[in-house]
Amino acid sequence: MQSSESPSRHSVTGSERIGPYTLVRLERGSVDPGLPGQFFMLEAPGRILPRPFSLCLAPPGELAFLVDPIGPGTQALCELRRGDEIGVLGPLGHGYRLDVARPLLAGGGIGIAPLPYLAEQLGGSPPVVLGFRSAEHAEAAALLPGAEIVIDPVLVTELIETGFDVMACGPKPMLHAVAAMCPEAQLAWEAPMACGYGACYGCVVEIDGELKRLCLEGPVLDATRLNGRYQAPAVSERAVSA
Amino acid sequence: MRILNASGCLDALAAPGVARQLDAFVTKTVTPLPREGSAPPRIAEAAHGMLNAIGLANPGRERFLSQTLPHLAGELEIPIWVSVGGFCAADFAETCSRIPAEVVEAVELNLSCPNVDEAADSAAEIVAACRHATEVPLYAKLSAAHPDVAEVARAVAAAGANGLSLVNTLRAVALDGRLRPLLARGSGGLSGPALKPVALHAVSVCFEATGLPIVGMGGIETGRDALEFVACGAGDVALGTVLFADPGAPARVRAELAAACAEAGVARPDDARGLAKRPETEEKVSA
Repeated sequence: MQSSESPSRHSVTGSERIGPYTLVRLERGSVDPGLPGQFFMLEAPGRILPRPFSLCLAPPGELAFLVDPIGPGTQALCELRRGDEIGVLGPLGHGYRLDVARPLLAGGGIGIAPLPYLAEQLGGSPPVVLGFRSAEHAEAAALLPGAEIVIDPVLVTELIETGFDVMACGPKPMLHAVAAMCPEAQLAWEAPMACGYGACYGCVVEIDGELKRLCLEGPVLDATRLNGRYQAPAVSERAVSA
Repeated sequence: MRILNASGCLDALAAPGVARQLDAFVTKTVTPLPREGSAPPRIAEAAHGMLNAIGLANPGRERFLSQTLPHLAGELEIPIWVSVGGFCAADFAETCSRIPAEVVEAVELNLSCPNVDEAADSAAEIVAACRHATEVPLYAKLSAAHPDVAEVARAVAAAGANGLSLVNTLRAVALDGRLRPLLARGSGGLSGPALKPVALHAVSVCFEATGLPIVGMGGIETGRDALEFVACGAGDVALGTVLFADPGAPARVRAELAAACAEAGVARPDDARGLAKRPETEEKVSA
């Protein structure tokens, strides 16, 4: 993508509720959907800053994003209606490496967002394990037919067996648990971002022992690269991702 | 009128295509020693603006001079301004003395970062020390938080500043749902459209007070916004927060200038310079 151009404008083609989440569909135009795990900055109507989202689905002619309405920006995105238009920048960052022998996809909550597109790009119906905090949230598993599902207090890590190439996305505690179990795992992280292309220095996390920008280094990182010096409280974390 | 970036709002090596849209590139502030910067979360959104507490993260003077600056000079074909920070006048002066004059067009002295403790020395003392250390044009970057920014502007002008960069962000706080600060540092610098009226005022009074060249910044999103800064006395403008949402902003803002000029009844942006000076009627009333 050209991060030196203004965001391209895209019409909303549809919007559907899936449990507490909303799947927002946009006409694709000439945008490259990129690799699974890469992300797009979506204009949040009425807000100063765009919000980062990984691509959930890439139906022909469309880009679809799974949005959790946790703040004013994400709520505005969930309220978009067919025909509305927003700016889209991307794909950005580094996605999952697809050259794995035995993929196992693991998702927690809204972290399932990149997995449908990842499963499609891997092909061959890879096994998928998902964890949710409630039955309502678990309705989102409909995006990944055939997935094994657990609901709190059972943790998704209990479904992860050895011998797989784990590709995960979910809340920080889950990713740290996966990293401890599977040092070879590929993990998709999240951080508040203002720009998505390395300009704002807002999204730093500790990577390889120093603070680095997640938008440029990740958001998908090998499990060994990120350690936990800064595990911000989940609420504050959502300062801008909301 | 030229379009620059606000210091710290663009990494020209990560996004050279954005930097090349500018008329000059201003580096992130360089300090004597490397700084990791503030702990995350470092950014938050506020009404009509955003807060940042990056904390002057930078590789430090040695690595900046030996690696970053040569790399920038090789990569960009536009003039480079170096933003210099420090914690006392000697810090600033030492960095200025070592910046190769043939590589940079100007030095911007960051006298007003809201995310570090302020230098013990006054703005004028720092400018005076730097004036002795380099022949490169010096721009003093000031904050509108000072009760009388025009007075500070007069002082740095007398100390040898060649120009002013107005304004830096304002110290601010934003709270989460549980009434805790969103930023790990607690407070941060407010930028974006919320800052624009404050910045326009600072540009206006500093222009009247000093007549120095001014780079105006603070919430510029459109060509019309840029023109307003020129009308208040800025010779050039800089884009900051808008770059985050729109990496094509420099080219877009430049393209919007023609229509903004036509609407305002001026032929070129430079013809708007100083138009916002207080109307004569007010002088008559006060007389």
